[in-house]
Amino acid sequence: MLLISCPVCGVEGDETEFRYGGAAHIERPASLDPENISDEAQRDYLFIRKNPCGLHFERWVCARGCGKWFHAARDTMTLEFKAFYAITDQPPKLAEGAPAGPKGRGGRT
Amino acid sequence: MQRYSIFTLARNAANYHKGWGRAWRSAEPRAQYDVIIIGAGGHGLATAYYLAKEHNITSVAVVEKGWLGGGNTGRNTTIIRSNYLQDESAAIYQLAHRLYEGLSQELNFNIMFSPRGLMMLCQTEHELRSMTRNAHANRLFGIESRMISPKQVKKKVPIINMSAGVRYPVLGALYQPRGGTARHDAVAWGYARGADMRGVDIIQNCEVTGISVARGRVNAVETTKGRIRASKVAIVTAGNTTRLTDMAGLRMPIESVALQALVSEPIKPVLDVVIMANTVHGYISQSDKGELVIGGGTDDYNNYSQRGSFPALQHTVTALVETFPIISRLKMLRQWAGIVDMTGDRSPIISKTDVAGLFVNCGWGTGGFKSIPGSGFVFADTIANDRPHPIAEPFSIDRFLEGRFVDESVAAGVAH
Repeated sequence: MLLISCPVCGVEGDETEFRYGGAAHIERPASLDPENISDEAQRDYLFIRKNPCGLHFERWVCARGCGKWFHAARDTMTLEFKAFYAITDQPPKLAEGAPAGPKGRGGRT
Repeated sequence: MQRYSIFTLARNAANYHKGWGRAWRSAEPRAQYDVIIIGAGGHGLATAYYLAKEHNITSVAVVEKGWLGGGNTGRNTTIIRSNYLQDESAAIYQLAHRLYEGLSQELNFNIMFSPRGLMMLCQTEHELRSMTRNAHANRLFGIESRMISPKQVKKKVPIINMSAGVRYPVLGALYQPRGGTARHDAVAWGYARGADMRGVDIIQNCEVTGISVARGRVNAVETTKGRIRASKVAIVTAGNTTRLTDMAGLRMPIESVALQALVSEPIKPVLDVVIMANTVHGYISQSDKGELVIGGGTDDYNNYSQRGSFPALQHTVTALVETFPIISRLKMLRQWAGIVDMTGDRSPIISKTDVAGLFVNCGWGTGGFKSIPGSGFVFADTIANDRPHPIAEPFSIDRFLEGRFVDESVAAGVAH
């Protein structure tokens, strides 16, 4: 079970008190140039995901607390949270040294 | 490789079963193959089998980082059905279902296919209507599938709770009499044996670490057992698809999440059909050993760890306890998770890619097991002829660019 702390109201709780909002920092092309969006840009926005095995930047909402959205950095292999940061912030620079998924040997099938 | 029959059984019985040989070779990689398939799960092995059998391409390697059938093929709830709403889906799942029906004979390996009947419960008025629509669509497509009344449900499933005042009353069910289950491991083993018999090399404990692309064309894969050259490479790695496509510089419309299942302690036979309850997110069947096999919806968040979260499990079990009060005192024996690859429209991707000679078969999400024979059949054809098989064509990766979806997420809800 994931343990999460909300950077807005400071409440800590398990994942049932929050709700996942998917990958973060995906730019909506329509808000930049609504007239000329290519099919590719629209596809990338809607469907293409980095889906990393390792460090993942994502959105959560403090559903049972303050109700505010925020960002989190989490390792999708160890399920460990690396950082919580505000919804308006850019992703923090994190040391990639931490095990970001198995490289070569060690990964389970 | 010996054929299994009543005579070989008798002969080996006389010899205290010491004479059985290996079912497939443990191959070491050669320097070059015509086709390399990455991933020795059901889909990869079926692809190799049909490449050899239908297209006479036997210079094929199936490389697997762990052991054969150890991923989602060994982690699912073994349900087989084809009652899908969209014609494109119905076509491929129906092909798979048909192949499953004759698979034990074809492979000379008992996959324990058990067409025991499958029910999708309708527990809201909306679900009743959408399932009725589904039944009509199935009938138009030629799939045997019909609506049955609550009374008929109770007759087939005596343990179901039909009392007044339940939160989600059973209003009827979509019934597919020929749906059922099969032994998941046996499907992988049967295909492995069949492929191996025809000369395919199955290379286990061999992880792909790179895919070599030159001038827009794939020419080799780097593995922990060295470089293997091939002009055609197929990625069939379910939840790990993105990790492989990243190596070839492709970007995929896929997210990996955990899907969990659990089994109870074995009890006497209480349930002889497969039941899916989409409104409450749970499905249940009883194995031959007597264990109740239970599955639910996926966990919410991206995950590669093959560990699920407890709340998701709790959600599934809570829902099923109301519909089947008899299971409330059962102890659960085992729980596990597999990493499934979800696409935006919840339909698979069987496709050529922007890299010539590189093919992908992924995105099966929560519905991979039931489609193994059909998926392998059309994917082998796609690889052999370097153009999509007619049944695979609607599932090409271009559909995300063109907005031409095969939208089953609306039709099937969660249990897919």
